[in-house]
Amino acid sequence: MSADPATFRFVSTNRRVREDRRFVAGHGHFVADVALEGMLHVAILPSQHPAARIVSIDASAALAMPGVHYVLSGDELAAATDPLMNGLDTPKVQRHPLAVGQTRYAGEWVVAVVADSRALAEDATEKVRVSYEPLPFVMNAEEALKPDSPPVHPAHGSNVLLDRTFVWGDVDKHFAESPRHLSFRVTWGRNSTVPIETFGVAASWDPWRDMLDVWASIQMPKYPDQIARALRIPANGVRVHQDVDVGGSYGVKRGIKQTVLVAHLARRLGRPVRLIEDRLENMRGGDAHGPERIFDVEVAFNDDGIVKSMKIRALDNAGAYAGRAPFQLGKPIGAIVGPYKIESVQYRAQSVTTNKAVQEAVRGFGQAPTNYAIETAIDKVAAATGLERIEVRRRNFIRKEEFPYLIPSGSTYDSGDYHTVVDKVVAHIDFAAMERERDRLRASGLLAGIGIAACLEPSGGNSSFEPLLNEKNTTTTWMDSCRINIDGPGFVTVTIHNTSSGQGHETLVSTVIGEVLQIDPDLIRVIRPDSLACLPSNSPVGSRMAIMLGGAAFHAAQKLKAKLTRIAAHQFGVGEDKAVYASGAVSDPNSGRQLGWAELVNIAHRNFHLLPEGMEPGLEATHVMQVPTGNKLPQAGRVQMYPCHSFEFHVVLMAIDPALGKPEIKRYVIGHDCGTVINPHIVKGMTLGGVAHGLGAALLEEFVYDDEGHLITQSFMDYLLPSSHEVPEVEIVHHCTPSPFTVFGQKGSGESGYLGAPAAISAAVNDCVSPLGISFNKLPIRISAIGDAIADAQQGKPQEQAK
Amino acid sequence: MKVDLRINGASRSADIEPRKTLLDALRENFLLNGAHAGCEHGVCGACTVLIDGEPVRSCLMFAVQADGYEITTIEGVAPAPGELSVIQDAFCETHGLQCGYCTPGMILAAHALLQHTITPTREDIVEAISGNICRCTGYGQIIEAVQFAADRLRKANTPRPHHGADQPVEAE
Repeated sequence: MSADPATFRFVSTNRRVREDRRFVAGHGHFVADVALEGMLHVAILPSQHPAARIVSIDASAALAMPGVHYVLSGDELAAATDPLMNGLDTPKVQRHPLAVGQTRYAGEWVVAVVADSRALAEDATEKVRVSYEPLPFVMNAEEALKPDSPPVHPAHGSNVLLDRTFVWGDVDKHFAESPRHLSFRVTWGRNSTVPIETFGVAASWDPWRDMLDVWASIQMPKYPDQIARALRIPANGVRVHQDVDVGGSYGVKRGIKQTVLVAHLARRLGRPVRLIEDRLENMRGGDAHGPERIFDVEVAFNDDGIVKSMKIRALDNAGAYAGRAPFQLGKPIGAIVGPYKIESVQYRAQSVTTNKAVQEAVRGFGQAPTNYAIETAIDKVAAATGLERIEVRRRNFIRKEEFPYLIPSGSTYDSGDYHTVVDKVVAHIDFAAMERERDRLRASGLLAGIGIAACLEPSGGNSSFEPLLNEKNTTTTWMDSCRINIDGPGFVTVTIHNTSSGQGHETLVSTVIGEVLQIDPDLIRVIRPDSLACLPSNSPVGSRMAIMLGGAAFHAAQKLKAKLTRIAAHQFGVGEDKAVYASGAVSDPNSGRQLGWAELVNIAHRNFHLLPEGMEPGLEATHVMQVPTGNKLPQAGRVQMYPCHSFEFHVVLMAIDPALGKPEIKRYVIGHDCGTVINPHIVKGMTLGGVAHGLGAALLEEFVYDDEGHLITQSFMDYLLPSSHEVPEVEIVHHCTPSPFTVFGQKGSGESGYLGAPAAISAAVNDCVSPLGISFNKLPIRISAIGDAIADAQQGKPQEQAK
Repeated sequence: MKVDLRINGASRSADIEPRKTLLDALRENFLLNGAHAGCEHGVCGACTVLIDGEPVRSCLMFAVQADGYEITTIEGVAPAPGELSVIQDAFCETHGLQCGYCTPGMILAAHALLQHTITPTREDIVEAISGNICRCTGYGQIIEAVQFAADRLRKANTPRPHHGADQPVEAE
């Protein structure tokens, strides 16, 4: 760590978030606000079949409509572009923006219609006649695993994208030695982040400059590179405008298929083209679903509740194409034991294709489902041993003095103080009083219970899961960068090289640079140049920006501070180590001489003759930051995944009226430790938003397909997002254990709340209904499921468990 | 067809297809981009505008239906360019937003509530914003923003345009 927390001027203070001003005035700049001269609009005709051969496409009636410019088929697009990038080594699982030859899920995009307006384009899609020959299909992951299941990609030979078994430590020995074992299955339902803004992209092609300009609602690492590769054009012929505000993403806004489609049309038609997904296109064919995962877990433990070893089999339903889905089984390997000292783990990661929409990256990249499985295991160990659930967690936690702590799968946890966070939460709540309140609720005729979950948020996003799951991939960096320029009049302008979807990156870098240079952050301008003017960066994924962008800004500012100091020392005729930088001025304590900001800037910009020999004029610094700890390829199935590990501890008091089955959260407390907080407002918002998102995953949200292979929750009437009525008031108990690997001791917080809330809420429901002898082992746990199970239990019927 | 609308206190007219929603007309014909399309089926509230002071989903209303009403969009809330209203400023103070997409609708919903009462309970606020889905914040800092704005409005020594039941009696 390079900075002393006691001296912070701006870091960790309650400063306003500078981005907010434009949004409260309605002056954000979202992709749907991009209106280009002569722009045409796209609407999509989706497949009605989960699997079907495309026999013929007749677009003549659509093309005859006034204002309709073009109808694009998958065959034409596939001939003109390369398949979309596939992270795994599965070359026969090819993916194109529009279906080629056959459709692989209901809702898959088959035809794109281009017209003068979106409304006209939608009208014209109804005139396009596609004839299909239905094919067998498979929706269920366990069915898809069977050798005789209909292959989603016949050329690939089976539905298995990934089947890897890792064994870290002596699992067999530990299981044999442990006096007690238990096993169970839990299922994470298919949900996603579902931002209120759908994905959108506008593109124009300039044939005289050979330049593709792109405006998109995007959160995608290596986005310009992927566009260029698919369109077979040089990467420096793709200019992505990163000053587009993104209306929420939380992982899923990866719109590469949409961009390739629109870019091709712009080039083909010689006109700017825009596609803004409507809600139906987004929900069923936007390829933005999240993990759908079955966990089979076995735990070896003793009578004291100490968990020695664990076997996890995770079977993930990836949907029709590979996407990033299989990697979401890889990232959780970096925190596969959660906050616990589990000595060995066997982990089997299986990913299969089915005839569902494609899975994309979702907040936590597979960590929230995994945490749900781990926390369910800990609760079951507590139940089996008769110990309190918090006590079992305390007994298994890694202790503060044991950090840095190497877990069996190869990651070293940076720091933590889990026992103290739990103590603080228990004291804040008055846990005994909460138990009395639960008992009072029970006595009043309600079902009442307390849910508990502890978990980690790995942060500082590296992409180590790529080489871990694909040996041909040798990526060991996931850098981010920052450039600072102090102009002649002395004003500071910073460039950052990503889009932003509400994370407050402008506030982050201005705070960090203000802290280092000891100048007012509000006077620092932060801009996002287009991608051709950008330094290498990897977008705000994996809870990485406080660590990576904050780190890059810190180091760039340090370079400028050193340069200013050196310039002054040269004037004073003393060594740099004798000159003292303070609040933008540099002084020599011995002589009493001082040079102010304006004077130093003036020398750098105008007085080359006063600069130390060999120094470049001007005041500009860049820093390209490597992920801390990311210096090795995987070895023997072990890897350092992410550098930092935030901790969260959830306690939920819930009541259920047995006649209604509706869970009501009476109190929600989360203990949160993400190291040094850079902006408290931002971290609080992330955490509260994450809890709300986790509540949705636990109780409400699921992409449900019927037996015919059709998505039946495709609007906000049936895919239910939590409203202000559902989300409780959440109390946050803070703790700060700085990370030794970052510049201010900060860790990530972009996924906080979401990583533990589903486990905690599920546990609360199960604690509520446990007196009835029932439990729920599949998320989401809907009101209807609770009501039915309670009614059955009261009538003495056995509970039908989720399949 | 030619449609005459009152938007943010000004008379505006445009040639608008009868089937065009008020949301699309505001954005495309009048270049007011603050109202956003979220679901386009009346659930998410990102398209909220005020019609005669009441929150309405502009995706569920045709532009031609808005003839004769006072339409207020987020662009009509700031008192001057670069100057925030009390409610807008309160959202900045508590960071009652992240990505900003639902924010215009959320602020207009809060605006309508605080026109009716400047002593809302937490439940009143929860109810008033319950038709506006925010995916970023979990609503906590939005509720704080409305509480903070209400507090500042109660303490402000300025007359208020509407007279709610709890409006302090002004000295004549």
